[in-house]
Amino acid sequence: MRQVERELEVAKRGRGFSLPLLRIRPGVSKQGVAALLFLSPAALIVLLFFVAPVLLTFWISMTNMSVATLGRTEIIGFSNYLRILRSPYTSRILQNTLLYVSATLTFNVGMGLILALLTTHIEERVGVLFRALWLLPRVTPSVVYALLWTWATAPAPFGTLNQVLGPLGLPSRNWLTTQPWGVIILANGFVGASLGMIIFTSAIKAIPPDYIMAAQVDGATTWQIIRRIILPLIRWPIMFVTAYQTLSLLASFEYILLLTEGGPGFYRTEVWALYAYHQALSNYFGNVQFGFGAALAAVLVAIGVVASVIYLRVFRFQEMMSEPKIEGV
Amino acid sequence: MGNWIKKGTPYLILAALSLPLLLLYAWLFIGAFSPRTHGLIPEGFTLSNWSFLFTPWGNRPSIWVAALNSTLLAGGYTVILLLISSTAAYALSRLSFRGRRFFMMLVLVLHAFPSITLLIAIFYVLRALRLYDTLIGVALVKTALELPLGVWVMKGFFDNVSWDIEMAALIDGCSRLQAWRRVMIPMVRPGIAALAVFAFVLGWNEFLLPYIYMPSARNWTLSVFIRSVTAGGAGEILFVNYGVIAAAGLFYVLPVLLFFLFTQRYLLQIYAGGVKG
Repeated sequence: MRQVERELEVAKRGRGFSLPLLRIRPGVSKQGVAALLFLSPAALIVLLFFVAPVLLTFWISMTNMSVATLGRTEIIGFSNYLRILRSPYTSRILQNTLLYVSATLTFNVGMGLILALLTTHIEERVGVLFRALWLLPRVTPSVVYALLWTWATAPAPFGTLNQVLGPLGLPSRNWLTTQPWGVIILANGFVGASLGMIIFTSAIKAIPPDYIMAAQVDGATTWQIIRRIILPLIRWPIMFVTAYQTLSLLASFEYILLLTEGGPGFYRTEVWALYAYHQALSNYFGNVQFGFGAALAAVLVAIGVVASVIYLRVFRFQEMMSEPKIEGV
Repeated sequence: MGNWIKKGTPYLILAALSLPLLLLYAWLFIGAFSPRTHGLIPEGFTLSNWSFLFTPWGNRPSIWVAALNSTLLAGGYTVILLLISSTAAYALSRLSFRGRRFFMMLVLVLHAFPSITLLIAIFYVLRALRLYDTLIGVALVKTALELPLGVWVMKGFFDNVSWDIEMAALIDGCSRLQAWRRVMIPMVRPGIAALAVFAFVLGWNEFLLPYIYMPSARNWTLSVFIRSVTAGGAGEILFVNYGVIAAAGLFYVLPVLLFFLFTQRYLLQIYAGGVKG
């Protein structure tokens, strides 16, 4: 008994203990009241801006709500979803989305990895400088960043890109209208790469230097060290960044909206999330169709909910389950 | 010689990869101070691009009104976010209660969840709360979107505070709220500073939320203001005076760039900590 008491004392003082012994849970405890107090503002925000909108999205998607039917909205079941399936534009939007997500993701993860490997390989002071430079697009307001790309890709004699390529014999063009996907993917990629860069950098720095030194002593080349030691050791961060960015890209449309508005021409660069936004909130023809737009959004919401629960299981389950170090005051 | 090449190669590759970035941003500075540019080559020097600071730009509201709105939005939402995430994080870090597990999972799921998909439904929530087209409404939505990250980051900082200090406060008769306010908050000041810097920059930069949820001209933020000038996009690029637009863009981004120079350390802390795998 004494032993148990002493253990409790030690555990109460913390230092990494988390004894299941300590879980004392009488009905509504004093801590329960305190927790209610501390959590209620956050809970209210989550209720209003996450829970309610998720439910609303599905509810609106079951109605024919639009500018034309406002005031006499009817529930029409799954008609909006059937319309998605039957629409001749759906396959085009799907292809666009697939291209956008996969190409940008490849650039983001690949470039992030290259930047992390290079900036940790060179002198630290210079490495920090390069990482700061690559963070710049992330802290630049999206409207200004899109403006920079619009300008750089403008036709001659204004655009920087044409000025650089001109001497190489390439004819001048407005890159944003002739190669919209290339510009969108690069513009997104130069923002996205920094997330991978930061996470991979801290993962690489966490590798014990002995591993790499030992390999060098054994005569391994730089490439072999990267391939056989570094990459296997940071495969979890790589998987995490890939998973996380797939989901964010799937739902993102801000830079596309700013660069091309989904054009040029008919849905040339319209992705799923932008399509939903256009249908529900900003239709060219003024015929805003909330119900149909909500159905499009609901598909993304459903994917988002399922994927984020899966990610939680895969990436964080152990870490988050540890109880607070001390309880029961 | 061979050694020199081996040492220099990574620098060269990095420089080549980063060149587009440098060229992109160089134009902003060159374009803002010249009547016209050919690529990056200016046609002389002028300050006339900056006249929008003193005279109205078309029938738009003054850019200073937009700057004030941006400041209010970024500042207001930062304060709300700090308050709400530091209380919630304290509970998750320090209290034992029924549902703790559930709340932790919720925070993590919401962190991964692409909340931008809820834009359409949030439109209706704001209408119902009579907060559509108001600054406070947009500030609340922005708070909600960043709350999972905020709670997670603050919880990390609370977790690192030694229990002895708080224990002493509680034994001396402090309530939980007093302990939070007087003992814990001062201990996590670096965390609060980091989150504040991060949140303010995000709020200052925000485009979609004010664009969608507060369309009235009197509510325009700088992002919406500049969008109203550039909305023509690539097709109209030749008919707009891009020197003026570059100046306006620089006006908007300069505070962030200066801020970034001094607070990079804080930002990195959040980017690395908030999404660590």
